[in-house]
Amino acid sequence: MKILEELYYTKEHDWIKVDGNIAMIGITDKAQNLLGDIVYIELPEEDDEIAKGESYGVVESVKAATDLLAPISGEVIEINEEVVDEPEKVNEDAYENWFIKVSIEDKEQLNKLLSAKEYTEFCNKEE
Amino acid sequence: MNQLKRTVLYDVHVKYGAKLIDFGGWEMPVNFTKIIDEHHAVRKKAGLFDVSHMGKVNITGSEASAYLEKIFTNDISKLENGQAVYGFMCYENGGVVDDLLIYKKDISSYMLVINASNIDKDITWLKDQLKEFNVKLENITDECAEIAIQGPLAEAILQRYTKYDLSKIRFFRFKSEILINDELFLVSRTGYTGEDGFEIYGKPENIKKLWVNLLEKENELFPIGLGARDTLRFEASLPLYGHEISKDITPLEAGFGFFVNLNKSFIGKEALEKQKSEGLKRKLVGFELLDKGIPREGYEVTISGEKIGIVTTGYHSPTLGKSIGLALIDAEYASIGKEIEINIRNKPKKARVISKRFLNKKYKK
Repeated sequence: MKILEELYYTKEHDWIKVDGNIAMIGITDKAQNLLGDIVYIELPEEDDEIAKGESYGVVESVKAATDLLAPISGEVIEINEEVVDEPEKVNEDAYENWFIKVSIEDKEQLNKLLSAKEYTEFCNKEE
Repeated sequence: MNQLKRTVLYDVHVKYGAKLIDFGGWEMPVNFTKIIDEHHAVRKKAGLFDVSHMGKVNITGSEASAYLEKIFTNDISKLENGQAVYGFMCYENGGVVDDLLIYKKDISSYMLVINASNIDKDITWLKDQLKEFNVKLENITDECAEIAIQGPLAEAILQRYTKYDLSKIRFFRFKSEILINDELFLVSRTGYTGEDGFEIYGKPENIKKLWVNLLEKENELFPIGLGARDTLRFEASLPLYGHEISKDITPLEAGFGFFVNLNKSFIGKEALEKQKSEGLKRKLVGFELLDKGIPREGYEVTISGEKIGIVTTGYHSPTLGKSIGLALIDAEYASIGKEIEINIRNKPKKARVISKRFLNKKYKK
């Protein structure tokens, strides 16, 4: 299971990379592994508002559809069309293949996210 | 929760890294590697399936044939020894108790192969119908394990392990006592993938030895979990109980009238005859999703927002590379080419009714 040091994480297995006011969001290596073959990804449109804890999209494996829950609130400024066209890329590298970029609404929300160390501990406990 | 049952191959599956799930009370492998890779392996090479959880019931006695004729929709009388037949057990109202294979060993000895999740229900129902018949019913599920080898290379691979000429076993025929690796097995040319292949029945310890031996020696044969088993049977438009057929969906509605012989007497016949003469109100159709998305079981089918049916199975088909499904819809809309909507997360997505023959089956007949 690959976990990158410099990212934030959630217990729902999302990763968040913060660069100034912009957050890049994806799912973790553990998430892609749990889901299995990813065959379809549905993402919001640019300019859509997403709200922390609410569904912003869907990722579907052969067997099932799983909601993507927003780890933070904000406005979508870019979506990664590449993963929509080739969802299997997320299985190949979950960190390289991000889903959306969001302008962060409230930086306070970042404090609630897990560090790499906390996420590693969480995953270890879950097993 | 009840303890999950395990097949004789459980330990082997764990060793091979299978991901295990609860399937009808059995702890079974859903995948060994990736479902899509396993799916393609069966279509292009060969796959090995543990189907030991399938229920097996022996029906013997002087009135075995008459009894089966009564509880089964398809014709028993025309079966030859060594022939298998697919069909349904129905309730009086035409709903399906289960779909099954019946193997005729001889006039007074048959084996029924039923769905794992229906074993208890089926046995109770089968016993309820026994009363006036001189028949012995024996649940041999635990003593008889089963594996399936399926795919274009299935015959060539299995042939390496037996002197018996497998080409002599034609489609839906079987041979009761074949020596494979010096142990006895029953082998039929049947399956649930739309590919050529065999189902192999034997004592659990023998099945285990054969499974291990095959996987160790054969590098073009892959273990396949229930995940790919479902995508494979779906692409071949083979029904799964509880989805395309159920106590609420008759074989006629599901389009399996071919396996229902209305010229003989069986439980549920009157209801099915009536349904046929009055015209079917619902029909199972194939459809192709034209918008993006994946249709899933239970999604509503609509036309201009009005509900006309429900998806029974849907996938992003690994072989065809597009989203297709089976749906039970009002018969008046069940014509090929009809534009319908599949409601995915409350959004209507465009779809079109297509033939259920999603792909050409590669049976060797």
